[in-house]
Amino acid sequence: MNWLSQILSIAVFNLRSIPARLGAALSAVIGIAGVVAVLTGVLAIAAGFRKAMTVSGSEDTAIVLRAGSDNEMNSGLSREEARLIAEAPGVLRTAEGPAASSELFVIIDIPKRSTGTDANVPLRGVSSAVYNVRGNIEMVQGRRFEAGKNEVIVGVGAARAFRGLDAGSQLKIGPDTWTITGIFTSGGGIAESEIWTDAAVLQSAYKRPDGFQSVYVRLESEAAFTGFKDALTSNPQLQIKTTTLAEHYAEQSSGTSGFITGIGIFIAVLMAFGALFGALNTMYSAVSARTREIATLRAIGFGRGPVIVSVLVESLILALAGGVLGAGLAWLAFDGYQAATMNFQTFSQVTFAFAVTPALLFTAILTASVLGLVGGLFPAIRAARMPIASALREV
Amino acid sequence: MKYLGLIWSNLKRKKLRTVLTLLSIFVAFLLFGFLFAIKDAFGAGVKMADADRLIVRHKVSFIQPLPVSYGVRIGQVPGVQDVTHLTWFGGIYQDPKNFFASMPVDQDQFFVLYPEYTLPPDQLDHWKKTRNGAIVGRSLADRKTLNWKVGDIVPITSPIWGQPANQPAWNFEICGIFDTTKKSADTSTLYFRYDYFDEARTRGKGEVGWYTIRIAKNAAPETVAKKIDEQFANSPYETKTETEAAMMTGFAQQMGDIGAILIAVLSAVFFTILLVAGNTMSQSVRERTEEIGVLKAIGFSGTLVLLLVLAESCVIALLAGLAGLGVAWMLLAIKNPVAQWFPVLQVPDEAMMLGAVLALGLGIATGALPACYALRLRTAAALRRNG
Repeated sequence: MNWLSQILSIAVFNLRSIPARLGAALSAVIGIAGVVAVLTGVLAIAAGFRKAMTVSGSEDTAIVLRAGSDNEMNSGLSREEARLIAEAPGVLRTAEGPAASSELFVIIDIPKRSTGTDANVPLRGVSSAVYNVRGNIEMVQGRRFEAGKNEVIVGVGAARAFRGLDAGSQLKIGPDTWTITGIFTSGGGIAESEIWTDAAVLQSAYKRPDGFQSVYVRLESEAAFTGFKDALTSNPQLQIKTTTLAEHYAEQSSGTSGFITGIGIFIAVLMAFGALFGALNTMYSAVSARTREIATLRAIGFGRGPVIVSVLVESLILALAGGVLGAGLAWLAFDGYQAATMNFQTFSQVTFAFAVTPALLFTAILTASVLGLVGGLFPAIRAARMPIASALREV
Repeated sequence: MKYLGLIWSNLKRKKLRTVLTLLSIFVAFLLFGFLFAIKDAFGAGVKMADADRLIVRHKVSFIQPLPVSYGVRIGQVPGVQDVTHLTWFGGIYQDPKNFFASMPVDQDQFFVLYPEYTLPPDQLDHWKKTRNGAIVGRSLADRKTLNWKVGDIVPITSPIWGQPANQPAWNFEICGIFDTTKKSADTSTLYFRYDYFDEARTRGKGEVGWYTIRIAKNAAPETVAKKIDEQFANSPYETKTETEAAMMTGFAQQMGDIGAILIAVLSAVFFTILLVAGNTMSQSVRERTEEIGVLKAIGFSGTLVLLLVLAESCVIALLAGLAGLGVAWMLLAIKNPVAQWFPVLQVPDEAMMLGAVLALGLGIATGALPACYALRLRTAAALRRNG
């Protein structure tokens, strides 16, 4: 108890003297806030990208591609194969038939609104069952496209990022002109980066009357996946690869999000070292400025432990203040920030929002605490080791 | 010069503090070097682009092929000097992790359009005589996971093109290893012969990915581009022609605004460091108030004292800043740790210059406040002050 009350009284004494050395304390706080803000900001890019890719994927939907292909771009399925897949056991039956959408995936050049340079925007031909398969497609503007017509609907992310994708306007692709009939959302998923049209119309425009690239299906339940997959794998007429959408999207995003996270962590680690040196400097100065005070405390009977802990407490509190400030700034500045980047797997654009997640905020505060503790430890030990007699004489 | 000793002993007064300040500035500039190397790597294609080269691709998107017969017609457009074509192959060696750029090309025309790549004449001859021959860039051949030598037969698969007719994989014989004459050009590509590719592939015969052309010395790129696109307007394969630099810029932009993100990060870093280092500097000057009073009393002018303080902060900033830049440069020169993302990664010369200027600026900025404080200090008051 005595020990605790000693710690408490020195710590309070230290904290109350902070206003007297506001400059040094502030520079430590801002140093750590800077690191935390950058760390949170960069990791929020990766988190946002992953979120856009994974929110679309569930365990009770599956995607079927040609065996040996790792994405839709280099996959290919015939009409007959698509039919066999739709009729496989485990596929959910609805009033309109099996919940299976045979799709075509191409990219078209459309300028970015921000830079005016061409970007590879995904254009997807879908079957009428697509709304049953994806489940979360909602029109926020206009109406769905009509089958058999040169009409498209545009994801809300694509509409925001690329030039001329407004409801009601015309889109020229090669020799054909398409009407944009509406804008849709898909719960923040990757479909929002895409333009959708009727697969049959896209097939004829691209002169691939019999070809699809993928089949998306909704299963009766999560448990039905194994049966569905086995039925397809054992069918000698099919050379295909079946994955759940959750797994598929995780695979598709691994390259890009690994890249962003890698760079982000690298930057943050280097910056953390820079801030650590700054924090050490501040705490060493704080200790050296109080040499006489600490010696006095020791002379009147305060132990070494309480002196060490009190310095640590001070540095931890400064660091936490910095951490909260930095994380708050990052959250205000970056959360929900709209961006578009290239998904390396399909060479096509993905629009997404930066996401400052609770996990990231926790990481940020944790980083700040570690910096504070390490930054305070060595100065604290020095403070405790000071020879009392000579320190008292110090001017 | 004679004051150097004075500055030096001031720096030595609190060694730990000086070392910590040096280290935090050092880290900031290390990061500066790395980030500029990354920024440069994103723009590498733009930097390498040849002003006389144009790219002709399908108007809808680069994944749409063009007929190989367009080559002759493009060659007849006034202002076009040389034409060749390339096609994206997407080859993989054994494992998807061993991914690299690979393209079938015309072995006779390729080096005419890309003179920055050099191949020994005997290897070029051998390639022209070997139907399934391939040439690889130095950095690709030297990759640890590959370690290819001339004469090796390498099986390559392609998720895009599948297997060649009647064979499980594309077996290429490495006929040569090419280097580059341009400092930062990427040599992590495999090129093989289009005639072999077109014969063996099972679909898309007679189609190529895009054309690269060289225009005549006196021709204007915009005019030639317009003429080519007009030539193919309203055909099933409409084209889009632009300079290599414009295409590369567009490609880099697709990643998102890398430049803006890096500049935001660097500004945050420098603002933070400026604050921390500036605070340390003013503290160390304030602790010496009495000494500055003595200097003034024995005849040092205000300006001289101001310069001494500024010199001290500049020495710290320059020492640490240049060391940081130097180490970043050296580390990347020794080994590129992210060759799979950026085949060429180095701190560009401009960044070294800019970094040096910034270091000096940082020194002046951090020293400015304490230096003014020292300048304005009244001698008598300073001498009276005790601790």
